[in-house]
Amino acid sequence: MNMPITPQKPAKKLSLKDNYNLLTRGLGWETSYQDMDKVFAQDKFEGIKIHDWDKWEDPFRLTMDAYWKYQGEKEKKLYAIVDAFQQNNGQFNVTDARYINTLKLFLTGVSPLEYQAHRGFAMVGRNFRGTSARIAAQMQAIDELRHAQTQAHTISHYNKFFSGLHDPTHMFDRVWYLSVPKSYFEDAMSAGPFEFITAISFSFEYVLTNLLFMPFMSGAAYNGDMATVTFGFSAQSDESRHMTLGLEVVKFILEQDPDNVPIVQKWLDKWFWRGYRLLTLVSMMMDYMLPKKVMSWAEAWEMYFEQNGGALFNDLARYGIRMPKYHEVASKEKHRLSHEAWATFYNFSHAAAFHTWVPEESEMKWLAEKYPTTFDSLYRPRFEHWREQQQKGERFSNGTLPMLCQVCQVPMFFTEPDDPTKICYRETTYRDEKFHFCSDGCKDIFGNEPEKYVQAWLPVHQIYQGNCFRPGTDPTAPGFEPLAEVLQYYGFHVGEDGGEYLGSLDARNWTQWTGKPAVAE
Amino acid sequence: MSAVSKEKDRVFVAFQTNDDTRSIVEAIEADNAEAIVSRYPAMVKIEVPGRLVIRRETIGDLIGRAYDLRELHINLISISGNIEESDDELVLHWNQH
Repeated sequence: MNMPITPQKPAKKLSLKDNYNLLTRGLGWETSYQDMDKVFAQDKFEGIKIHDWDKWEDPFRLTMDAYWKYQGEKEKKLYAIVDAFQQNNGQFNVTDARYINTLKLFLTGVSPLEYQAHRGFAMVGRNFRGTSARIAAQMQAIDELRHAQTQAHTISHYNKFFSGLHDPTHMFDRVWYLSVPKSYFEDAMSAGPFEFITAISFSFEYVLTNLLFMPFMSGAAYNGDMATVTFGFSAQSDESRHMTLGLEVVKFILEQDPDNVPIVQKWLDKWFWRGYRLLTLVSMMMDYMLPKKVMSWAEAWEMYFEQNGGALFNDLARYGIRMPKYHEVASKEKHRLSHEAWATFYNFSHAAAFHTWVPEESEMKWLAEKYPTTFDSLYRPRFEHWREQQQKGERFSNGTLPMLCQVCQVPMFFTEPDDPTKICYRETTYRDEKFHFCSDGCKDIFGNEPEKYVQAWLPVHQIYQGNCFRPGTDPTAPGFEPLAEVLQYYGFHVGEDGGEYLGSLDARNWTQWTGKPAVAE
Repeated sequence: MSAVSKEKDRVFVAFQTNDDTRSIVEAIEADNAEAIVSRYPAMVKIEVPGRLVIRRETIGDLIGRAYDLRELHINLISISGNIEESDDELVLHWNQH
């Protein structure tokens, strides 16, 4: 018998909010045969008090199906562009081969951080008691692995043509200037989950991210490197989810308990300063390494920190949060940072895996315009002197090793906030040993956690202690050259990877392959 | 005392420059009277003092099909401000005294 079937109305589609709630709230449970505190053993020791994880608001409610769908679309677009770039020999369209050195800095100094972020967010994604926080962290862990991969794929193409790109992970674990980013992230990863997420999601990926990505990606666009632009913007779209996670995390923690405020403030102070010191490398990239310059470091700092960051901290003022300590020092330094950094790398070019050079006269003119109070008086004379030396065939090379700051591990070339003619030295004695710092910011960080920083693996100390040679190297053998052996330990292709740009293999190849001059007119 | 009020802190959204975002930018300009659009190589940035709203319906009308606001992720570069997200609107704003 046929019974007429009354068609049922299709169920109303779930709203974004309900859909996401089912995914995130619905998947957690109170454990019954192990104590919750045992299952989540790391989310209380930092002193952060969370009374109600359900108060967590998910600003970007991306469910797994949406995540795979949209990330998949981004990947297809990205790799299509990378393929086209490779097939079209896009690497020869950059302004000149000096630009490639920014990619060397990126691949060895930034891409490994993406991998560390992947590990760090996986850690956090295991340790938070709240389900939605865990899911957001887990998605971010996948995003960060994606970033490591897309950067490796994109920049590996340049490795076919240019030096210094052949072994970024080996270099990252050993090379002196790369311990700056490495120690930064390891500091975060060896902290607890709340500090990690405040440091990376908020302080790095919200407050300071634009100062890392905008310069590199705009620099790439201005200099004809469409492949890097593509992965940069594609990664940044993931970053906007990360940024919202960072802001949400900080607000959530601050709203949960007033006792959390001073803890968070301390972390904001620490991680602002550590992040700012890390960005030293970006400042010199912007002002000296891009043949076509986007904007000066000082302008970028004004736009992205002083204005954007200012707006952000105005917003957080209602929780009792203030601007990070020493932000005014960063403002004072903005007219000097890039010049002091580049001058140092020029000194130690023979020990780096990227080239350096004296800026052209036209570039010095740009620098003088952008830095009217400092460039001509403090820095031009150095570069002109070095140019003279170079023209005489006596290119300057610093024969010793720089002193490093115990905390940020950057060579101590920073100058006193109120006196650019004096190197800024700070020191403290802890358990009968003297430690050195580049600034009050780093000294304060040490003072709050000395047991952490006395364990720092400082590349220069390690070299002098004889720990930076390949196994089987004999320092007592006649003709032993310590620097050459260290560069071998670093995995450098000695004679190709570092040193002066003019006359380098990169520069000679560039002219031979493209017919264009080593330095674009 | 001067009666000049300080401009509210701006929020911004930045997109990759391509055909899809042309309509998104147009929609944002239509829905935000004080929008300021800046164009850079491969990127377009829209700033608004205080509050910026992106409406699903406005974009959908411009492109001639139903639009899911989550599609913004494909072309999004960067963002600032507190975020409120619903099926129909994405709002960026600062909470200021």
